[in-house]
Amino acid sequence: MNLQQHNISDNNFEQCIKCTVCTVYCPVAAVNPDFPGPKQAGPDGERLRLKRPDFYDEALKYCINCKRCEVACPSNVRIGDIIQSARIRYAKKKPKVRDILLANTDFVGTLSTPFAPVVNVALGLKPVKAAMDAVLKIDHRRMFPKYAFGTFEGWYKKQASRQAAFSKQVAYFHGCYVNYNNPQLGKDLVKVMNAAGYGVQLLEKEQCCGVALISNGLINQAKKQAQTNMASIRQAVLERKMPVIATSSTCTFTIRDEYPHLLQLENGDVREQVELATRFLYRLLAENKTKLRFRTDKKLKVAYHTPCHMEKLGWSYYTIELLKMIPGVEVQVLDSQCCGIAGTYGFKKENYEVSQQIGSRLFRQIEASGVDFVVSDCETCKWQIEMSTSKKCEHPISVLARMLED
Amino acid sequence: MKFDTIIIGGGLSGLVCGIRLVKAGRRCVIVSAGQSALHFSSGSFDLLNALPDGSPVECPLEALGQLALQAPEHPYVKLGVERMKALLAEVPAFFAGAGVAVEGQGVRNHYRMTPLGAWHPTWLTLKDFFCCGSPEGKLPWRKAAIFNIAGFLDFYAEFIAGDLKKRGVECSVHLFNMDALEHLRKNPSEMRSANIARVFEKQENLERLGEILRDEAGDAEVVLLPAVFGLERADALACLRRVANRKVMLLPTLPPSVPGIRTQLQLKKYFQDCGGVYMLGDTVMKAEVEDGHVVRVYSYNHGNIPFVADDVVLATGSFFSQGLIAEPGRVYEPVFGLDVKYPEEREQWFDLNFFNRQAYQSFGVETDGGFRGMRGGKVLDNLYVAGAVLGGFNAVKEGCGGGVSILTALAVAQQIMDKRKIG
Repeated sequence: MNLQQHNISDNNFEQCIKCTVCTVYCPVAAVNPDFPGPKQAGPDGERLRLKRPDFYDEALKYCINCKRCEVACPSNVRIGDIIQSARIRYAKKKPKVRDILLANTDFVGTLSTPFAPVVNVALGLKPVKAAMDAVLKIDHRRMFPKYAFGTFEGWYKKQASRQAAFSKQVAYFHGCYVNYNNPQLGKDLVKVMNAAGYGVQLLEKEQCCGVALISNGLINQAKKQAQTNMASIRQAVLERKMPVIATSSTCTFTIRDEYPHLLQLENGDVREQVELATRFLYRLLAENKTKLRFRTDKKLKVAYHTPCHMEKLGWSYYTIELLKMIPGVEVQVLDSQCCGIAGTYGFKKENYEVSQQIGSRLFRQIEASGVDFVVSDCETCKWQIEMSTSKKCEHPISVLARMLED
Repeated sequence: MKFDTIIIGGGLSGLVCGIRLVKAGRRCVIVSAGQSALHFSSGSFDLLNALPDGSPVECPLEALGQLALQAPEHPYVKLGVERMKALLAEVPAFFAGAGVAVEGQGVRNHYRMTPLGAWHPTWLTLKDFFCCGSPEGKLPWRKAAIFNIAGFLDFYAEFIAGDLKKRGVECSVHLFNMDALEHLRKNPSEMRSANIARVFEKQENLERLGEILRDEAGDAEVVLLPAVFGLERADALACLRRVANRKVMLLPTLPPSVPGIRTQLQLKKYFQDCGGVYMLGDTVMKAEVEDGHVVRVYSYNHGNIPFVADDVVLATGSFFSQGLIAEPGRVYEPVFGLDVKYPEEREQWFDLNFFNRQAYQSFGVETDGGFRGMRGGKVLDNLYVAGAVLGGFNAVKEGCGGGVSILTALAVAQQIMDKRKIG
């Protein structure tokens, strides 16, 4: 019997050999000395916490869960998971009203979209921003993503019969951002998948993937939503025999990896069938199972930004290759580094400065690039880049849709 | 994913091999499971400092005959004297071309100082580091000033001063502090070289330090500093020299190594600028081999989308980076299950005295004369092995880790180019 195999904890902290490599690549520790850094907050602290839970340090809330420590670790220690699990298990501070509002993307989105024109104007007004800053501690300098007037799901209903006509089908996990803020990205996805010969279905019931609930400590609600999503994903994959694709790198990462690692929700039976649309398309094209026709009359110069969770997934290669495939598109790959927003983290007054400092090197590189716009797979990176630089940021699927031959 | 060459492992060996190949026009991908041992670099690369029997080596090339008798399976013996000579001549220009300036050559070792103030023979030393031709005798200065950051525990100025004094150099030790460093002090566990280095990426902080050096170094001809400069900018030392108006040189710190990180980042950037694809944080899980030929390679992140290439290079490193794995009953290479040589009796793997020669450090993958890996004694015709995952040498006792990584990587790249008739 191999005793060593039975001697490894769920989050393998004992495999840390104390090499300090993770501390070099932590974007938070580099700018915020209040954060103990991934080694101390992760495997080192875990030994102490196992001994006595009151060794838990509330400063672990400064971790942005970017997982860049895990990408750097030569020993495959799940440092980010150790830190997040410790927060879930030991944190005593309860989420504030603000955290609950920021984390409940579904609820707030449902309330906002019917009144989008009013809500968008209001959220841009100085007095409103000042009030939110004073009362809720949502930083007044932060720009809110605009709400759409009508949801993606609402638009899709009118499309359903057209989509059903395709012989091959995929299910689409659109996420809150597409549904409430940017239905156009969902429409672009439908256009591209149709061009590749696939009809697009919605999941029977989709809720927010829960990433913001997890990072704001609303674990029970996150678990409930995750269970709803897993039931729908299982129904799509196992019963309707459709793979599930998504456009958000963070939703995808959360469903594939955070559900089992942080919420203890097993997904092994369907995990391989949940992926990003860019990866799905890359595989089809690489295996010559489909062809996309692009227009040739347009030239574009774009810069690709690798979101943290995309870096962790390791999938930016697919997006970059798809972009390079389009005639007339020149792609510059930006250095892979955190943009600083980390979902709801950068909205909070106490994190705003740190958030902008983390992203500053990326912003400078973007400004110096001379590109037409930035491309990225993550919606919150998009908000951060558009707020902090002079460039727009587009999703790769929207670029593909725009460049398809009519 | 189709490439000409897949390189598994993105440390010194993988990058050197990759750069050589992309420069010859090969489409290469490097798949790296985490960051590399360059993060613990001393700022120097060793070629051969001692023979297996412990006798010291001054001129590595001259010692190859003796090495062949004592360690017939040493990678240098496989390379042979002529190939070693040719490769050694290439190396300094190779690194300079990739943006990493080094001093030294393979004919005679020079000496570097360790963070604890001892002299250590070596082959190549990164620019700006303090090194000299001999471990004894006079140094070129009368007076040196050693500066350290107050509260930085990974650099031992007093030890270093002690050793320099033995060689006739008058030494003063200075601790300095600056407002910009104050915030690091809030957190003792993060007062590390890399975080300090970030402070000195800023021009104003470098200039402020330059002024401190100028004002406090007195009549010292040389200022010695811990290597916490130039994480990204290459001109940090030039700036300090200009403001301090004297010679400023670096000495290594305990890990993490700022010059090592810079070397890693620079080599990676150069590889990517030449068209290489670098995938960090991914682990190659398995390979499909047909008729002694590696056909497909699968990784954790890419799941059912395989890597396909003409040639595969295994440069996964040794135990530290899990290129080799030891279990109580066996030592194995986890990706391909290549032949690994080690004694069956576990008691023979190690010596209870930690400081003695440890047998396990020489364990590694067996190859044919062309560094091709084998399974069950049969050669895999397109799988090449380079760097620390190889067997037959002891990097610690022989001081040859850097040399094995760099030279076998170049040799493997050359073999691939010869086979594919390029370059």
